[in-house]
Amino acid sequence: MKQVFTNAKVLVPGTKSPLPLNVATDGDLIARVSEEAPSGDNSIDCKGAILTPGIIDLAVFKIDKPAFHFGGITRAALMPDQAPVLDLPAMIKHSSSEGKPSLWSHPLAAATKGLKGTELAEIGLMKEAGARAVATGRNWIANSGVMLKLLHYCRSLDMPVIVHSEDSGLTADAVATAGETATRLGLSSAPASAEALSIARDIALVRESGAHIHFRQVTTAAGLDLIRVAKAEGLRVTCGITPAHLFLSDIAISDFRTFAKMSPPLRSEEDRQACLEAIKDGTIDVISSGHDPRGPEGKRLPFAEAETGMAGGETLLALSLNLVRDELIDLGRLFELLSTNPAKILGVNAGQIAEGYEADLILIDMEKPWQIDSRKMAASAGNTPFDKLPVQGRVRAIYKGGKAI
Amino acid sequence: MTSEQTGSPSTAGHQFPAGSDAFPHRHLLGIAGLQPWEILFLLKEAEQWVELNRKSIKHSGRLDGLTVINAFFENSTRTLLSFEIAGKRMGADVVNMHAAQSSIKKGETLIDTAVTLNAMRADAIVIRHGSSGAVQLIADKVDCPVLNAGDGSHEHPTQALLDALTIQRRKGDISGLTVTICGDVMHSRVARSNIYCLTTLGAKVRVCAPTSLLPPAIERLNVEAYSNFAEALDGADVVMMLRLQNERMNGDFIPSAREYHHLYGLTRERLALAKPDALVMHPGPMNRGIEISSDIADDPERSAITEQVEMGVAVRMACLDVLTRRSRNMEGWS
Repeated sequence: MKQVFTNAKVLVPGTKSPLPLNVATDGDLIARVSEEAPSGDNSIDCKGAILTPGIIDLAVFKIDKPAFHFGGITRAALMPDQAPVLDLPAMIKHSSSEGKPSLWSHPLAAATKGLKGTELAEIGLMKEAGARAVATGRNWIANSGVMLKLLHYCRSLDMPVIVHSEDSGLTADAVATAGETATRLGLSSAPASAEALSIARDIALVRESGAHIHFRQVTTAAGLDLIRVAKAEGLRVTCGITPAHLFLSDIAISDFRTFAKMSPPLRSEEDRQACLEAIKDGTIDVISSGHDPRGPEGKRLPFAEAETGMAGGETLLALSLNLVRDELIDLGRLFELLSTNPAKILGVNAGQIAEGYEADLILIDMEKPWQIDSRKMAASAGNTPFDKLPVQGRVRAIYKGGKAI
Repeated sequence: MTSEQTGSPSTAGHQFPAGSDAFPHRHLLGIAGLQPWEILFLLKEAEQWVELNRKSIKHSGRLDGLTVINAFFENSTRTLLSFEIAGKRMGADVVNMHAAQSSIKKGETLIDTAVTLNAMRADAIVIRHGSSGAVQLIADKVDCPVLNAGDGSHEHPTQALLDALTIQRRKGDISGLTVTICGDVMHSRVARSNIYCLTTLGAKVRVCAPTSLLPPAIERLNVEAYSNFAEALDGADVVMMLRLQNERMNGDFIPSAREYHHLYGLTRERLALAKPDALVMHPGPMNRGIEISSDIADDPERSAITEQVEMGVAVRMACLDVLTRRSRNMEGWS
């Protein structure tokens, strides 16, 4: 089926803000991006809204279609921390079909069997079953020998490795970042340097192996400094963050608010400022939702016993747009962080509006105000630390492979 | 007995706001956030119960017909006993729920337990739990006042109040005193509540422990942090020793009990560094010969340890009384 999106402001690669263009699609793909509208095709009048690539969420803990469609997410990389763990080709194959055709799921192969951090999983077979990257899951691999073998192996398979960055020796029982808030609340805490320690080791192992590591969440000034240096050296490292660490500091856990219990935990205000700076200077490559819906049985517990994570799918775009409004970055850069860069890491033919790419598109009403409300979430659970926050910007329509959803 | 000196200049002369304005809180979850006059009000209220408890007939009908549930999710002997005696002396029907017998062991969630306790129409619930913040979680789900009897490493407010009452009765005004708290500050709810209470009342608080047992950024709680015990003791008016849990003495935080005693045990020689009339306190139960030597613990001139236990009952009676005034429709407590 051929169709044309007309009267849209289109965000094309390499531009800071959207341009008045027409986008023609043919089947699943974008056929043409041009100033004049081709005649004779089915035409979709976008009424002046902004047309961007669909968001590619790297990485989520649950495929949660209502939340993703609300938030303009057309593809999501699923973390291997599932029950059962995604450590076998059959699991990858099964998980790849979840959500199709209106949402594409890219399951991430567990780096080690059962995510135990000791024996390599069948990464090669999982690649053939459709896995596009490997992940260490919620935890880091403490054994440096195992980690180096993993990186060598993934280098030979040309698979990026998505890692969690916290030294588990330091974070063993910790539920918060060491600092005044944790001390006042009497919560066990680990120093923020647990992150830099693990990143430093993994960068050394990237240098050893030549593999590509994507640090899923880098949330401290010291960690980001290490990433800057590694990138300057030309090492294959990329890194990401979620809106939680960009817009909240550890003060959010005061009153034992378990919706603000994250992994890694929320950091000091100084570290939060460093994260914003790293968005601005380009150190951070990816913003993802970390979507991890948790019901009351996981969150309505004493803080130390509660589960970590937030339902982030539907708030990812609206929160991220604050970075544009605050003039840290332009809209073009934001969609590199939300779509283009995740697509490159996964090696998928999507994430930008250009000829030959998948017609995964969203129409955004930039000004639309709404309020985040934990009781009315599209997600399978309402555990958002941004409850009651007024935001602006909402997805008006979403197209996966050219088809309206 | 030295504690016969009752009241203190600061409390005796203090005018408190009328009715519930003197203590406008529904629960007692912690000392953090309390105003100095609210703390002093509870201490003043406790004085009458100290008197009653020294009589041969120790009974008041103040809480007649009320039900107080002591829900203890963590083992306790003295705090549970103290709360039970406090409730019974005021005429309340006191029921104890022990974790070992509770349905928590059967997988019931804390919230479900809270809802169950609430449905039994308790008039006050006293809770101890091993997890920081757990008591607040329950308080949000019940209709009656909740008293925190210790939650994780967070707070133990009645301990801080009984300590303040003990100090006040021995030393007079707490404001301006130097209090040294020594021991496992990192894991201690007693230390946190005492830090909030004593600094709010104007005392200068020092904490002392090996750095591995001091919580991060502790100086942000308006205390001075020391690792050298001699320096921390220098000129102190009150020396408060904390209990070191056995499981932390075997190479985890501390290499051995004898090394801890060598560096941080309160001995008569060390106590000589504090003021000549310095008061020694301990929340109990004591590890004799580890954090405190027996001859100091048992010296009635220096040690206030048994007095602390006595004040504990009075303070808990005051808290139960004040927090149930609304439900008892006391005039001015709407």
